[in-house]
Formats: sequence, C-alpha cells, structure tokens
Amino acid sequence: MRTITFSQATQEAMIEEMERDPSVFVMGEDIARQGGIFGQFKELPGRFGTDRVRDTPITETAIVGAAVGAALAGMRPVADMHFADFMLVCGDEIFNQMAKVHYMFGGQKTVPMVLRAPDGLTNQAAAQHSQSMEGFFCHIPGLKVVAPSNPADAKGLLKSAIRDDNPVIYFEHKALFGTKGEVPDGEYFTPIGKAAVVDEGKDVTMVSWSNCLRTVCQTVVKMAAAEGISIELIDLRTLSPIDDVTILESVTKTSRLCIVHEAVEQGGLGGEVAAIVAEKGIDLLDAPILRFGAPFTPVPFARPLEQAYRLSPEKILDGLKGLF
Amino acid sequence: MCALPVKFEPSIPVAQYDKELLKKFYRVMVTIRTFEETVESHFLAGDIPGFVHLYIGEEAIATGVMSNLTSADYIESTHRGHGHTIAKGADLKRMMAEIFGRSTGYCKGKGGSMHIADFSAGMLGANGIVGGGYTLAVGAALAAKMRGEDRVSTVFFGDGASNRGTFHEALNMAAVWKLPAFFVCEMNQWASTTPYRTATSVEDIADRAQGYGIPGYIVDGNDVFAVYECAQTAIADIRSGKGPALMECKTYRIKGHFVGDPEKYRTKEEVQKVYDENNPIDRFVAKVLEAKALTRADLDTIKAEARSAVDEAVEFAQSSPEPDPAALYEDLYV
Repeated sequence: MRTITFSQATQEAMIEEMERDPSVFVMGEDIARQGGIFGQFKELPGRFGTDRVRDTPITETAIVGAAVGAALAGMRPVADMHFADFMLVCGDEIFNQMAKVHYMFGGQKTVPMVLRAPDGLTNQAAAQHSQSMEGFFCHIPGLKVVAPSNPADAKGLLKSAIRDDNPVIYFEHKALFGTKGEVPDGEYFTPIGKAAVVDEGKDVTMVSWSNCLRTVCQTVVKMAAAEGISIELIDLRTLSPIDDVTILESVTKTSRLCIVHEAVEQGGLGGEVAAIVAEKGIDLLDAPILRFGAPFTPVPFARPLEQAYRLSPEKILDGLKGLF
Repeated sequence: MCALPVKFEPSIPVAQYDKELLKKFYRVMVTIRTFEETVESHFLAGDIPGFVHLYIGEEAIATGVMSNLTSADYIESTHRGHGHTIAKGADLKRMMAEIFGRSTGYCKGKGGSMHIADFSAGMLGANGIVGGGYTLAVGAALAAKMRGEDRVSTVFFGDGASNRGTFHEALNMAAVWKLPAFFVCEMNQWASTTPYRTATSVEDIADRAQGYGIPGYIVDGNDVFAVYECAQTAIADIRSGKGPALMECKTYRIKGHFVGDPEKYRTKEEVQKVYDENNPIDRFVAKVLEAKALTRADLDTIKAEARSAVDEAVEFAQSSPEPDPAALYEDLYV
C-alpha cells in the first residue's frame, strides 16, 4: 500500500489505461497546458502528447458530442467537464445522445466513454460552481454514475469506468483532489455497481457517498459513538445502478436507515435509497427513515450563508438520537 | 480567412459521365422516392406508428453526396433520414421493418423512423434532435484523424438546424482541429412550419462558413450533377487534410414537416409548382435522355427494380414479428 492523493490516484488510472489502450484519450478545457484546473491531468500531456490529451475550446456541447461520436467510431474517450455544473450546458448530448444511442439503435454500437465531472462545495464558489447534481443523471436510463470518496476507489472506479462499454459519469468532488489515502500496489479495479461498508456498526445504517461521506459522515460516526450509537457507514460509490443488496443487508442488521448527501435534499438520490428500503424492506425498520441533504436554495456565496447551507453533523446526530 | 461562398456550377458534360454512375444516380434517387411514397401511403393507412418525415424532393442531395463516399466514411443523419440511409447503402428490408416497428428492423423496433442506424454502412444514426448530429460527426472525424484513417465524416442538416448553437460549436471545433468533416446543409426553405427568411439572419447559410475560416459552397440541391461535382471538390480537399467544408444545397421540402402535417403555412400551388418544375428526378431524366447517356428502357428497368425492392421490403416488414415485450430491458447496458 502507498499513500497518495485522490488527484494522483485518478492520474495513475489515466496513465495505466492510456498506456494499455491507444484508443483511450482525454479532452476538455485547460487540461493540457494547465494540467486541469485541479492539477488532475498535469502528468498526462508530457507522457501522451497533446493529441491524446487534448485542450478544447470552451465548448461543452461539442466536447460531449464529439466524445460520443468518437466512441461510435471506435475510440474510448474520457471527456472532462471542468466543473460538473457545466454539464447542464450540454444536456442534449448527455441525456439524448450519450445515454440513448446504444438502446435506441437496438444495441448496434456501445458508447464506451467517461465523463469526468468535478462537483461539490469548495472555496465559496457560489451557485454555478458548487453543485452536486448526481440526481439528474441517475434518473436517465443508459448512464452509469459513480462517485468515489477516497483515492483507492478514485483509481479503481476510474479504471473500471474507462474499461466499461457503457457511458459512465464519474463525479469527483473538488474538495477530494488534495486528500490522501492508501492505494493498493499493482493493478486493481473497483467494481461498478458495488457499495462498500466503510465502518461496521449495529444501530443505524448510514448511506452516503463522495466528500460528504469523508467529512460529515465520518464526523457523525465519531460523535455518535461517543453517545453510544454504533453506525454502519456505507459508501455507495456507484450511484446508478444502486447496490440495493448491500443496503438491505445492512438495514437487516441495524433496523434503522439514515441517508446523507451534499446535493439538494428535494428530489435528491436519497429519496431513491429511501424508496428502495421502504419498498423492499419496510418490515426491517424500527424507526422512520432519516434523510439529510442541502436546503432547497442555490449555493450561496458569503461565508455565513455557505456555512448555513452545508450539512451540520450536529443536526444529523440530533436526528439519529431521535431514532431510539 | 475564407472568402464568400462559391456558387458552384457543374461543368462535366452529362455525356462524359460514366454510364454506371448515371444508373446509380437514378437507382438511388428513384429508390428513395419509391420508398418514401410507399412509407407515406402505409403511414396514412395506419400501418406505421409514430412520426415520419419524408425526403421527397431532396433525393439529389443524398445521392450526389453519397456517390463520393464509401462504406468506410461516416454520416450523421437527421429526423428526415430515410434518403441518407438508403443512399449510404443500408438494406431496405431492415429499414422498412424498423419503420414498421418490427423486431427484424435495424434497431429491433426500438428506434423507428427517426432513429435508424446502420453502423456496418458507416451510417452512425439518424437523430430525433434537430441539430443533434453535428457534434457527433465531428467526434467521428476526430477519431478518424487521430488514427490516421482515410475517412470523411459528413453531417446532414436543414436550414432550421443551422440556427442551433451546436452548429457553431461543431464548425468551430472541426475548423480549429482541421478535421475531415463535411457539413451538408439541405436548405429546404422550411423549418417545420417556419419559413427560412423569418428565422435566419443571412440570405445563404453558406455565408456562415466564413465565420469559421472554412470553404463554403452554394449549389443547386435539385441537380444531382451539381451536388455530385461540388461534393467531389469539397470532399477531395477534406480527404487531403485541408479541414472541413460547408456545402449548402438549395432545395425544397415537397411534403409537410411530417406525414399528416396540415400545411396551413403554405399553398398547395406553391408546392405543386416546385414539384412540376424543379423535381430532381425529372430534371435528371430530362438531362440524361437529352444527352443520350441513358435510354428510356434503362430508366424503366431501374425504376421497376426499385419498385420491386421496396415492395419486397414492405412484405418483409409486414411479415416480421413485433418485438417481444421481454426485449424492453435488452440493449440498455452491455
């Protein structure tokens, strides 16, 4: 095991896959000259050249559309969205082209591409550079959606995403790039569609993902332990398709469920997780399902406002206490 | 920067054309026309569900362009895509079966008229989103260039689609990367119900090529010789690595936007006049007969073959099963 940053882990995945397969290439805004706005591509242009590590114009629509077209022509493109918020610029290309081509053409051609999307709250970036938008994409059949929370999964999921013949959206939280963690030596893959039990516990199942799991949930786990509440923390990792087996197995043990995500609570993926447990395991529950997400506002700028927007571990702990 | 678009005129005398190529022009055009008229009658009879958009009157464009392409070349088509698909060499039976919603169709009945693709023929798909094909074609061109392959990627679009933002983004990307992409505008005067002049800021869409520093051509889209020769010039430059080009083909949408369109926005007389005086198939026939390049018997034989091929396609479609409901979840993921 080695300790490296999340950013280095994604870079290792890119390097290994680009060395192995000449059809893998990456394009996006400011990835070659700048090395990516978070430095996540900085080693790639030197190794692979600016043909395969391709700076694009500011043209999200053409980036995604061209990635779909290149995939149909036999390449395995990785397209970088700069900020996940900009994915809304190219809604048609993601929702109507990338997601649907394989199905609506009767399976004639797959779309083996990855859309990398740095998301989430960081540095008071305000309404159009801070969103967590996984919910939109998990609603669309044909897409797979992943969101690692640590360097090991960042590498393993990115390698799996690049090898996957389906289009995969890879959400990478901006606040995670600089975080460090242990990463296995040698080649490995994190399977798409499989959640991980991060902390075993017996009283409450807590489902979360991405940076929110690393920060808010890990804090809540410690605070709750001090209060005598044992949390089983599940890192969903793949948001579509959801690993309902792992969730239901855990709820079978704990009889309580709490879902925590950084995205806006209303219409968020937490509702889907709650529905899965309500539909398939209502008899397992000893208490109402708890759900925590962001308030129903755009992300505000000023520090006290952004602070008020962020999830509060104390509030979550209060909620958990009410389950007993 | 490039100058104003070239108003392209054909220069090769019809008599000097290879006879087999002339037969091919006629076969493709008359097959498209017969296919579309047959689809229309079956749609109106209630045999075909969904939406159907016909290519009648625009046959010379698909025929003239595709006669310069091979199955290694890519095309991206539109909601009005049957003509492109036929001209690119797709199988009429599997096309018709798809339009009828049968399991033997190109897309196993999952796509329908607006979503036919034949990847084996380099036909990367029709697109139900107006202006949705440009960027995909650019991506296919990028793949060809990155791999050093001799392939041209052609995208067809209408005058209405030229007002989409995707037009700008695709042309710019193709131009700045000098990609082997060919942008073919079928300027058929109507964006659904909206006349061209009320929705578009320039007289000629090819004027816009200048804005991207690429060659623009304006050609009579109802003259298959003009389209063929202009496309030949443009594609030769594209193949030689000079980057993309835009060719605007002036044509007219003879049929409504979709089958069943009440067409309250124009008069029957306007449509009939174009059909009588500027019909691409009639114009071709007049020219080849005048030049004595083909005989009436040649043409009659080809027309009869097209008729029977389309009839066989309908028979195949109608005798094919509808998809099993269990296929709903197939082809969603690999």
